[in-house]
Amino acid sequence: MKALVFERNLPRFAASRVASVFGSGRGAGIGPLQFLDALPPEVPGDDWFHLRPLLSGICGSDLATLDGRSSRYFEDIVSFPFIPGHEVVGVLDDGGVDHAGTALPPGARAVVEPVLGCAPRHIQPPCPQCGAGHYGLCEYLAFGDLSPGLQTGFCADTGGGWSAAGLVAHTSQLHSVPEQFTDEDAVIVEPTACAVHAALSGGIEPDDTVAVVGAGTLGLATIAALHHLVRPTTACTVVAGAKHPHQRRVAESLGADTVVPPDQLARAVRRQAGSLVLAGRLTGGADVVFDCVGSSESLTQSLAMVRPRGRVVVVGMPAKVSVDLAPLWHRELTLIGAYAYGTESGASPTGERRTFEMAIDLVAEADLGSLVSAAYPLDRYEEAIVHAGAAGRRGAVKVVFDLRHRKGPKR
Amino acid sequence: MLEVDRSTPPTLYWHGERFRLERLPEGSRVIYAPEPIDPLEDPSAAIRRALQSPLGDKDPLPALLRAGMKLTIAFDDISLPLPPMERPDIRQLVIEQVLDMAAEAGVDDVELIVALALHRRMTEPELRHALGDRIYDAFAPNGLLTQHDAEDPDALVHLGQTDHGEDVEINKRAAESDLLVYVNINLVAMDGGHKSVATGLASYKSLRHHHNPQTMRQSRSFMDQHHSELHTSNWRMGRLIADSGVNVFQIETNLNNDAFPPAFSFLQKREWEWSVKDRLAYLGVSKALDRTPAKYARQIFHSVKAPHRMTAVQAGEVEAVHAVTTDNVWRQQGVTVDGQTDILSMGLPYISPYNVNSILNPILVACLGLGYFFNMYRGKPLVREGGVVIMSHPTPWEFNPVHHPSYIDFFEQVLSETTDPIEVAKGFEESFATDPWYIHLYRTGHAYHGVHPFYMWYWCAHALQHLGGVIIVGGDPAAVHRLGFRVASTMADALEMAQDIVGPSPTLTHVHTPPILMSDVQ
Repeated sequence: MKALVFERNLPRFAASRVASVFGSGRGAGIGPLQFLDALPPEVPGDDWFHLRPLLSGICGSDLATLDGRSSRYFEDIVSFPFIPGHEVVGVLDDGGVDHAGTALPPGARAVVEPVLGCAPRHIQPPCPQCGAGHYGLCEYLAFGDLSPGLQTGFCADTGGGWSAAGLVAHTSQLHSVPEQFTDEDAVIVEPTACAVHAALSGGIEPDDTVAVVGAGTLGLATIAALHHLVRPTTACTVVAGAKHPHQRRVAESLGADTVVPPDQLARAVRRQAGSLVLAGRLTGGADVVFDCVGSSESLTQSLAMVRPRGRVVVVGMPAKVSVDLAPLWHRELTLIGAYAYGTESGASPTGERRTFEMAIDLVAEADLGSLVSAAYPLDRYEEAIVHAGAAGRRGAVKVVFDLRHRKGPKR
Repeated sequence: MLEVDRSTPPTLYWHGERFRLERLPEGSRVIYAPEPIDPLEDPSAAIRRALQSPLGDKDPLPALLRAGMKLTIAFDDISLPLPPMERPDIRQLVIEQVLDMAAEAGVDDVELIVALALHRRMTEPELRHALGDRIYDAFAPNGLLTQHDAEDPDALVHLGQTDHGEDVEINKRAAESDLLVYVNINLVAMDGGHKSVATGLASYKSLRHHHNPQTMRQSRSFMDQHHSELHTSNWRMGRLIADSGVNVFQIETNLNNDAFPPAFSFLQKREWEWSVKDRLAYLGVSKALDRTPAKYARQIFHSVKAPHRMTAVQAGEVEAVHAVTTDNVWRQQGVTVDGQTDILSMGLPYISPYNVNSILNPILVACLGLGYFFNMYRGKPLVREGGVVIMSHPTPWEFNPVHHPSYIDFFEQVLSETTDPIEVAKGFEESFATDPWYIHLYRTGHAYHGVHPFYMWYWCAHALQHLGGVIIVGGDPAAVHRLGFRVASTMADALEMAQDIVGPSPTLTHVHTPPILMSDVQ
């Protein structure tokens, strides 16, 4: 069976990086990613299960890795060769047990919470972060029974979603898929969980002005999370920047109060916040800015439109960026990272709730499965990756691999 | 007025900083501005005469001046005249004589105020042009030449409310002076009268009572004082100002239609009257402009100074003065037109009252066409109800951020939500009017007030309600669509599109302006 395998190969890595100058994903055919025969990975223990992918998304972090743009920070928490694909809905052909201990029958669908923390690594006692339910922040990502890997899709032992041979998932990673969910609904749960975690990390207070920079999958899901999870208890105004017309339409439908092109975002925030302007920067600005891009430009833009003592939540994966941090110092800003998911405190009357479970509810409530715009069979991976790299420009949001043996793109 | 037939040469259309020649369908009407009337032979003597022989219940100006009094001279701002006139500007000629009389009477406490309402502050070169160097140098360095600040609570005084509940709040120095001399340039019939003080020296609190879509829809047109709710409101306010004890000595001046210098002489003539020299001038100018980037073409046009000449000056009591002024405006600009048309076309030039030395942004394009040119009528609109206006202008998505900062946000944020003037006013006006950033830029920079783009849109309210459609020939599609209008690449396409609205075989009338004309539609 075929799989897309990412190998450590410096010449191919360099070729991919050069090709990406002409557009994200352009180097898919000449880079470290190879379309190879693969066997199903071995299960690392009794509490692991085989999963046959149905749909697997192409994420911004995947594109950054393929383009050679991701940070070297990750080098020691990935292991080669790995099969990408951490946004996965699949079938448990032999059944399994989910994170809550519920038995899932053979043929049941499940989504994977891909973080490879202490539980999948059989580390006891768990690190303080995993012990507190913050699995995304696991301190032992390179230790235990598994090769290094921050997530499924970046670990040599687990396989990944971009494989017809399937992958393996630890019981703590499995979430059963509601029956009424389409596969598209299910595959969007993972990025939605990132957005849920980000929205709840912002510390939004009543009547805050909130800006969202970027309207890809993460940006749009963040808007949905703000609308459905924050606003019911904390009224706030959401101003979003979206480059493309379809992104603007979706952002509005998901609950943004004002949606403008990116170059108009600072002016829209200024109007909303009633700020003055000094040397191109707002003197006041948004209370919270969600940077759902993670580039030098987006971070600079975010820092220029947040109020003194405001918060910038970095949701999109950054790499090495060049940003003037003088405003962060001078205006006593808080820069908050929002990576992945785990357990959200205060998210339910009983206290805590898994981010993934909240994401599953949000996908249903906001119909986020509709963000899946195009699906490709694995053997057309070059087209799929180029499409994902140009998703906004081509009227798409989320591009996925379809491993359900269909032919041709969905649309 | 000309009826187009087979022998009629193509008609000149202004197209921003360019020109177009369009061959109009046979039977179309072209309305031209009347010839410039003869100017005053000796403007200085006429001014002196007007000051010494005032109209209405007013003493001659010298009799009103005495030592120890507080005298304020307010004058129209950069929005008048269009294009700005060659030196010496009328304001300079009039104010010099007022100052001479004040000096003779021993008046020491004299201040000059630019009556800019919510317009942008004038720059030093613009003030020197309007007043002359002598006046500028005598007053500006001593802080005695100021620009009205509608956002300075310490410089405003609330005189009361009219019997319609309208707040009258005007410039404190002007209101508390023993004599307020207002120096006006009356380019169109809307200008002058009580509007000079009640609008030019007012605050937002006062202006909002008549600068709103309801008033503008009931001003048919706002160029016809007796059928203009805008003027009715200003007149109520003006009378309250007079009743409050503010002693206004109004000086109004009329200009002729001589709007362009000799290099552009073809603009002052009908096409069939063009001489060989005019044709060559047209060809030379238009070809040169076609090869000139818009930015530089704009600079060239804004450097043009009009050879306007003064045709009349009258002074005294506001209403008596303005009645004569208005008659003079009609004498110069009035054209009798027989009946309405299905389609009204117009070529929009590079300039409007609100973009002198600046960019005619899309909102000002709309305002120039639908606010000004559409409303240049008495009786009934030139175009029938449900008819179509076709405007020719490139309408670039371009703004001057120094002069028009709130216009950018209005265009981006407000018009993307709604183009209905009532909804615009209800949903957005107050937040723009009270936005501290716009207020700061208005008070300290050269920005129009935050609410000003709203007023420009309200200026279009009557036309938007009256018309079945608006088409802009040669406009930037994105900008035109944002305005809620349709775009056509050629006049022929526009006429076809218009027929979808007004039906087949429509009548077409083209207003050949500027120079300015006013239609008296029978």
